[in-house]
Amino acid sequence: MDLTIGPIQFFWTGEHWLRFYKELAGDPSVTRVVLGEVVCSKRQPFFQTLLPEVVDLLGAAGKDVVLTTLALITHDRERSQTRDLFALGLEVEINDLSALSHVPEGTPFSVGPLVNVYNEGTLGWLAEKGARRVCLPPELPPDSITHLAAAGRDLGVAIEVWGYGRLPLAISARCYHARLHGRGKDACQFVCAEHPDGATVNTLDGTPFLAMNGVQTLSAAHANAARMVDDLVAKGVAALRLSPQTQDFDRIRTLFRDRLEGRIDEKAMLAAMPDLPYADGYLRGEAGASW
Amino acid sequence: MELVCPAGTPASLRAAVKAGAHAVYCGFADETNARNFPGLNFSREELTEAIAFAHARGAKVLVAINTFPKAGGQDLWHRAVADAERAGADAVILADIGLLAHAARHHPTLRLHLSVQAAAANPDAIGLYVREFGVKRVVLPRVLTVAEIAALNRAVDVETEVFVFGGLCVMAEGRCSLSSYATGRSPNTTGVCSPAEDVVYGTEGGQQTARLGGFLIQRSTPDAPAPYPTLCKGCFSVTDENGEDKRGHVFEDPASLDAAALLPDLAAAGVTALKIEGRQRSRSYVEAVVRSFRAAVDALEAGRPIPEGTLARFAEGGERTTGAYAKPWR
Amino acid sequence: MSLSADLPRIPGVVSLPLRGLPLAPLSLALSALTRRLSANHPGLFRRLGVHGRKRFLVDPIDLPLTLLLDLSDPKPRVTAHRTPPSADCRIAGPLSALLGMVHGTLDGDALFFSRDLVLEGDTAAALALRNAIDDAELDLAREVTELAGALGRPLTRLLPVLESLTHLPLRRVDGEPV
Repeated sequence: MDLTIGPIQFFWTGEHWLRFYKELAGDPSVTRVVLGEVVCSKRQPFFQTLLPEVVDLLGAAGKDVVLTTLALITHDRERSQTRDLFALGLEVEINDLSALSHVPEGTPFSVGPLVNVYNEGTLGWLAEKGARRVCLPPELPPDSITHLAAAGRDLGVAIEVWGYGRLPLAISARCYHARLHGRGKDACQFVCAEHPDGATVNTLDGTPFLAMNGVQTLSAAHANAARMVDDLVAKGVAALRLSPQTQDFDRIRTLFRDRLEGRIDEKAMLAAMPDLPYADGYLRGEAGASW
Repeated sequence: MELVCPAGTPASLRAAVKAGAHAVYCGFADETNARNFPGLNFSREELTEAIAFAHARGAKVLVAINTFPKAGGQDLWHRAVADAERAGADAVILADIGLLAHAARHHPTLRLHLSVQAAAANPDAIGLYVREFGVKRVVLPRVLTVAEIAALNRAVDVETEVFVFGGLCVMAEGRCSLSSYATGRSPNTTGVCSPAEDVVYGTEGGQQTARLGGFLIQRSTPDAPAPYPTLCKGCFSVTDENGEDKRGHVFEDPASLDAAALLPDLAAAGVTALKIEGRQRSRSYVEAVVRSFRAAVDALEAGRPIPEGTLARFAEGGERTTGAYAKPWR
Repeated sequence: MSLSADLPRIPGVVSLPLRGLPLAPLSLALSALTRRLSANHPGLFRRLGVHGRKRFLVDPIDLPLTLLLDLSDPKPRVTAHRTPPSADCRIAGPLSALLGMVHGTLDGDALFFSRDLVLEGDTAAALALRNAIDDAELDLAREVTELAGALGRPLTRLLPVLESLTHLPLRRVDGEPV
């Protein structure tokens, strides 16, 4: 099983962004990296100019480099940017179905976790259009993963599962970060940059529950497939997706790689993980928040 | 403009038709539709009878099969489409690509509408569904402004339907798993948001509380209006970058959409059909809201001013909003 | 905006004497009515689905008694109680709100928003009952007068008087005239 590094969901400074990918280029545990902005098009200018350098760097290090689309494409400007993505000659991960309209005839592509692939019918249809890899929506129960991994094998589509990181739970036209500060979305002043791992949303009795990240809502807990690795391997899942965060991400990558290659067992892996609230309920067919 | 009205039960369907609905939408009593609530929805026999009732009075019936079929269990959804067609449905409302492909292939004469759960929000997405599956109408997500709807209608060659009254999703529909994160069940998988089975109302320290899947999502004084126990309308706290604790409805205030005043703008924007939310509501809601909107549509078509609505009493939290139709909402 | 102000409450002068009312005959009459409803409206109980064997506590908060709808037995029963018995769920509100929902004049969600209707316990069971009753298009006045047989006719004549005295929605208003 491989490890894919998902796109950074949060708003990081260009400097932070560049440092993260330079470090990643030197990490042999990772085979595939998805780059680009998935949440908010207003963030793109802050790292767009750095993108070619990082693509070259990761490519030279032998990684498969993939570019993501936005999760919610609305404006004409966002539509034309999406069209342009396909002209760069790199593999594209579709995270808004409307991007399918821009795929040049005969070009293979991958599908991200924010597209609703819930069943064999949808998987088969996407495979016909050229999908070669699908990262399943995180809320899918274990039975669905079993069926889709099997169907993917027959169709020649690699099935990937959300392995680590705050879960993307919802996307909206409204920016919650701007709203929290009493601002409109157009006058947000990039306030989401203040929370490079998202702003934790607590219940009124103090339980960390969700996290806001601009127009996106995530889980407060970090999804963690550590206890489900054997099960997912047995199901035929091709890769686990790890979602970047600011703290201890190198350790997390190494632990997953060591676990996949049998160097450590589940107990040792869990013991070495950062002390964070975790969740793996979806992978066990329960409420996503449970652990 | 066509008025598309909700029916959670056969009694509501009859109430809607009698109150002037041009079309009524409803679903089967299982996981195939996005209002899979206790005590609601239609058996096969009830649907057949309801369609006969509606057709005899000149109204259409649209069947919502708008959840995402379960891997390994798609047959339930395929049968729903076949049974809706057999019962004489005027259209089915679908969201899942696989199910649309199935319906287009196996039921070529059945009229397909794209559910709001597909969240097709731009001309590329809409064009895809029209081109690939022959979709005849698209229900637009509740995230667009009136100006954006007008632009969209100029760019696509398909009927559009927009929500004008009722519950308001603040997230892009069909792309939200908040409910399953707390409870294990979501609109996409089982057709329920914040399932009643996981809701516990209580009193804590003299305050009314609502918990969903154990998470405290509302706490207020007994005289404050109660919202639906959905997560996006919950009351939470967020610590901002200055370490300040901000409490409140951080996602959306409890309120219902009421776009009656915008009907002339929506008509000018080229909208074909107006949708009323509320299959979980009673027949008295259906009767009153449909009657009010039918009067508004008739007035609009006769060039008379839209009558002042009297629907505030049905609104969540007693509050009404024009939602995303006005840009500041974002 | 709250509906509360519009909802008539049973005045103390009416509810107070009810405290002395013997409950056994009331329970018998209500059970007879329930069995009649069950026979005439099989869809009502079918619609309850998995909640069809539960115990529902209906609490008209302006009356000094509560009603238990017990479906755990194949023969449905309604019994009146001074002290609320245990049940799967409790549906509480002014009698006018409860009758208004039964007769299709009031919306359960709107009553819930304004906190005129309170649900406790098994929320799903309470919603199932509410939705099933809404679909059944019941007319309690008609059911009672028909149940009363020969006494029914004078009761029917009394109905408008009772309604104007109590301001309660005692019958269905949205039905087709038969």
